[in-house]
Amino acid sequence: MSDGRPRIGVLVFPGSNDDGDAVWALAALGARPVTVWHGERELPPLDAVVLPGGFSYGDYLRCGAIARFSPAMEAVTEFAQADGLVLGICNGFQILCEAGLLPGVLRPNASLSFVCRDVDVVVERTDTPFTTRCEEGATLTIPVKHGEGCYHAPQDLPEEQIVFRYAPGSNPNGSERDIAGVANASGNVLGLMPHPEHAVDPLLGSGDGGLVLASLVDAARARAYAPA
Amino acid sequence: MRATVLVRPKGGILDPQGEAVERSLRQLGFAVDGARVGRLIDLEVAAPTPAEARAQLESMCERLLANTLIESYEIELESGDP
Repeated sequence: MSDGRPRIGVLVFPGSNDDGDAVWALAALGARPVTVWHGERELPPLDAVVLPGGFSYGDYLRCGAIARFSPAMEAVTEFAQADGLVLGICNGFQILCEAGLLPGVLRPNASLSFVCRDVDVVVERTDTPFTTRCEEGATLTIPVKHGEGCYHAPQDLPEEQIVFRYAPGSNPNGSERDIAGVANASGNVLGLMPHPEHAVDPLLGSGDGGLVLASLVDAARARAYAPA
Repeated sequence: MRATVLVRPKGGILDPQGEAVERSLRQLGFAVDGARVGRLIDLEVAAPTPAEARAQLESMCERLLANTLIESYEIELESGDP
């Protein structure tokens, strides 16, 4: 099983629709993606987990509220609690918030409109497993596409957990403190609304998302092949 | 036992849906203010006593029906309060 490529699980819920791009992007960046159906109670051996974008369970009740109780999410929670690397993108971010693995919650966009466009995102932290390939303060161009991405932060959310911010003037959804992505306190779980998996090939407008995913692939590889 | 759960956005939480509804009502000529949009869930609970039904409903609200970071909830039991 050791071919130098870290194994990164991509969860698939009913209603996920960015799992294909996530799998493609992770493979292009040197990982071995493994899809995991939401009904699985156990995860296969993995070096990281990605929760992709989409509309799991039709976004019924609240985005991510039902997906968080799927059997696979219990396994993901255990994986995260054991310091496993977990990245949630868009709906994946919403699910991680509902599951309590990340602070805060995502609400309908302040404009009430679905937004689908490229946004500029500032990297606030480069010392997370998801941003080591980025330069401190760099601005990445990555698309967003969501109706409920207005981040409501707990009042005591420490500044250190804010990993990505929308660049001044480009907050697409009314998120508090311009937050585009947050990590948990221990830094092994990250959620963000922009879609790095849609910005991996410069042919499609921007390759900046590749920096985020390649950082994750690096971190997963380091864990997979660390000396015991 | 029939029950109704009302879920509301907490005060101070931005409610763009409520704002849109309020704007629309004003366009229709109604003098309205402070519209907030919540959610109503009707359900049947199998429980021997109203107290037990209420305890179950509380747990449902805390775990799934409401996100208490941003929403408050209210439980109404048809058979009256325990």
